[in-house]
Amino acid sequence: MALLFEGMEWDFQTIDAIYQACEDVAVGEFGLSCYPNQIEVITSEQMLDAYSSFGLPLMYSHWSFGKHFARDEALYRKGRQGLAYEIVINSSPCIAYIMEENTAALQALVIAHACFGHNHFFRNNHLFRQWTDAEGIFDYLAYAKRYIAECEERYGVNAVERILDAAHALQPQGVHRYPRRKWRLADEERRARERHEHEEASYDPLMRTLPELPSPPVPSSERDRAEQEAKRRLRLPEENLLYFCEKNSPRLRQWEREIIRIVRVLAQYFYPQGQTKVSNEGCATFCHYEILTRLHEKGQITNGALLECLHSHSNVITQPDFTDRRFSGWNPYALGYAIMADIKRVCLEPDAEDRDWFPSFAGNGDPWGTLRDVWANYRDEGLVRQFLGPKVIRGFKMVHLADRAGETAYRVDDIHDEIGYRRIASRLADQYDPSHATPLIEVADVDLFGSRKLVLKHENRHGARLDAKSAQKTLRHLRTLWGYDVCLQEREAENGKLILEHVAA
Amino acid sequence: MVIVDRRANPQGKSLPNRQRFLERAREQVRRAVRDTIARRGVADLDLDEEVKVQIDGTEEPAFRQTGEGEHDYVLPGTGTINRGDRVGKPPSGSGKGAGTGSGGGSGGGEDAFQFVLTREEFLHYFLDELELPRLLRTSLAQTNQSKPRRAGFSVHGQPSSLDVRRTMRNSMARRLALKRPNQATIETLKAEIEDAIALADDVRLGNARQALEEALRRSARIPYVDPVDVRYTRHERQPVPATEAVMFCLMDVSGSMTEHMKDLAKRFFMLLHLFLERKYERVHVVFIRHTETAAEVDEETFFRSRETGGTVVSSALDVMLKVQEERFPTDRFNIYVAQASDGDNISSDRATVDRLMRTRILPIVRYFAYVETQGGFGDYHPGHRGETALWGTYNAIAGSSTTPNLAMRRLADARDVFGVLAELFAKSAASPF
Repeated sequence: MALLFEGMEWDFQTIDAIYQACEDVAVGEFGLSCYPNQIEVITSEQMLDAYSSFGLPLMYSHWSFGKHFARDEALYRKGRQGLAYEIVINSSPCIAYIMEENTAALQALVIAHACFGHNHFFRNNHLFRQWTDAEGIFDYLAYAKRYIAECEERYGVNAVERILDAAHALQPQGVHRYPRRKWRLADEERRARERHEHEEASYDPLMRTLPELPSPPVPSSERDRAEQEAKRRLRLPEENLLYFCEKNSPRLRQWEREIIRIVRVLAQYFYPQGQTKVSNEGCATFCHYEILTRLHEKGQITNGALLECLHSHSNVITQPDFTDRRFSGWNPYALGYAIMADIKRVCLEPDAEDRDWFPSFAGNGDPWGTLRDVWANYRDEGLVRQFLGPKVIRGFKMVHLADRAGETAYRVDDIHDEIGYRRIASRLADQYDPSHATPLIEVADVDLFGSRKLVLKHENRHGARLDAKSAQKTLRHLRTLWGYDVCLQEREAENGKLILEHVAA
Repeated sequence: MVIVDRRANPQGKSLPNRQRFLERAREQVRRAVRDTIARRGVADLDLDEEVKVQIDGTEEPAFRQTGEGEHDYVLPGTGTINRGDRVGKPPSGSGKGAGTGSGGGSGGGEDAFQFVLTREEFLHYFLDELELPRLLRTSLAQTNQSKPRRAGFSVHGQPSSLDVRRTMRNSMARRLALKRPNQATIETLKAEIEDAIALADDVRLGNARQALEEALRRSARIPYVDPVDVRYTRHERQPVPATEAVMFCLMDVSGSMTEHMKDLAKRFFMLLHLFLERKYERVHVVFIRHTETAAEVDEETFFRSRETGGTVVSSALDVMLKVQEERFPTDRFNIYVAQASDGDNISSDRATVDRLMRTRILPIVRYFAYVETQGGFGDYHPGHRGETALWGTYNAIAGSSTTPNLAMRRLADARDVFGVLAELFAKSAASPF
């Protein structure tokens, strides 16, 4: 077959040809199914812009994005941090940004990686299907930007900023962890408008002028019952703090609730991405590697281009060991790619160990079918728990370090050997459990008819504690949303014993 | 698949966010700018300034866990570790487990971060603290400049300023009020006539013909656009305060001024020029150098060439007044004078300078800044000298309530240039009227 390009230069015909060739391989041969693609060519400056607002092209204005931009720019200008070759957005059409500085070979890599790898994952993984609305996200972002700009105009930048700051601080606690009904983002704008119209229609200034009658004293038993009833309706405990404030805060105005809702919608939109870093990046990395290799086999790219891609590929999947100065945790590309490549090997050339570990698919001869199934049905935790085999564990020479209270050093509990495989896979899977990463904080109680004080609870599992300073500052933001006093109790997970109470600082 | 070229899109999409961030970190940025000013000279003015911002006010808190408690880490190992071995903990705060799972801890341990202020932003924050003294005296009465401003509508005017929308609105209102039949009505009547002819209904035909005739007559009587409908946009000339300034740079170039002193003076003039440029639309600069005699020169000659001779300050003041009278009338220009000198002046000149300043210069200038350059290498006045001749002269004039627009400072080192300018134009020190 004819070469797609030679040398480093590319133009839009080249990009088009590369895309067609990749599509032939990815869709025709590997059976990936993707959203339609939209490739956008941008400059490094624009890439920095995109970085600062979660990679989203349309975002409302907030100073924190400016802060991230300032920091990223300083790091980039000093050469301490490179820029990504691409950014891809979970939307339909799936938008991939590619940088103009990339060589033709890199563009091929990026297209294979983003437009087919990530795109396939976004479209098929059950978490994304359940939580995100790829068709609606752009319209929703445009609506959010417009809505917040309107609020700024009407109520002032500071008033809006106050709510946004507070909502951003609670964003990690602003997601539903368990599925409810699917967001239909297209309905959001209509819903907000209807709410506003209803408010205007039902506004009755006459009723407000009626003098308040002194209420007769309520017997305490009745009062208690009323409070029980009201609390029951709050459905405590509630772990989604933003949802709780949006629905129940006594002091917020409607537009403030809508802003909280916008922040909450975005948090929920990004929620699957945090849980699928390894599988998502693994999928994309595996795809680009396979697609490029195939293009080379078909004679569509030169040896030099393949080598350039392999060079980038091996940079991307570098995993320094934990004693290395460069070590900063697991590289999701490396771990993901290793697991996917191992699955392919097990499907095609299993040995006795593999048949023992993966009886369900060892030697089934259908690596792509098996992988498509993995990509569709697992998040990181499940991927590691079920598909991390002994070969990969040995490859990374994985060890399990136990950090126990009162000890000055880590104890090595398990290493990559016969006894350790299962336990290591299971421990690593625990690490990817989202409840492991973000502290679980829930609304435990509200003094409904008295001070309206809000009581949060954090359960300390395995002696984990909250950072007092940041907790106090975050509570201050929560107080902004709730309107009354808030406190956070840290309790022992085992026996519910109160350890510490934080108040808003 | 679609390829979109976004490279030509407007750059700096995050600029508004950056400005909001700077606004938020305003106090820190200002402090940083002030620190920088203390540290460096004007020559570095072109460099971007790195600013370290403490997170105060720009932090983004979130609930996060400390490293306390029991943890289990599965990590990529070295292959040389065995079960039961002990591995030293990393120093606290570096967060060994940071890479596990999602980035819940990101942004956790930051306490200060650095970013670069552009030169524009740096100057903005620096000059923002300064204020033009006596700006309020630029009263409208003194100016003869004016700008055309929109001022409603008029029934007279040039055809080019015809306001079509307004005119057509009036026309439509009049047509509606006078019931001028529109085209559609006439069409309907014509159709009615044809129908009547087709049906051979004479009564209907007669009525319809009459109605059409009436409609056509009305239509002819009542014009579509009448002269009373016509409106023109009206412009009025409004007086505006003079937005031009002239800055006279006066410098003593006699032998006693060393290169170091000239360098100081140059930096001061440069900075003052930058400052004035931000306040006025146009700033003219006039360079006047003097020894015993004075002359207007170009910038290159002003700073480079060297003269020998005595020092007569009044000669420069004379030239300045002459240039001002010829080219910069006070009703059109805001006049600023910046004078740099080592303070020498021939004693017989004192009375002349005093008189010129009091009677002719200070009444017309917005501000007269005198900077006395001192010391540096090659200074042949070791130690503390007493008051110089010129300083003494000006000091006698300054400080009185009739001369609030004369300010004087001593300048010894390039580092102080920023500071001196800041002192001269400090906001709080600005005169109250």
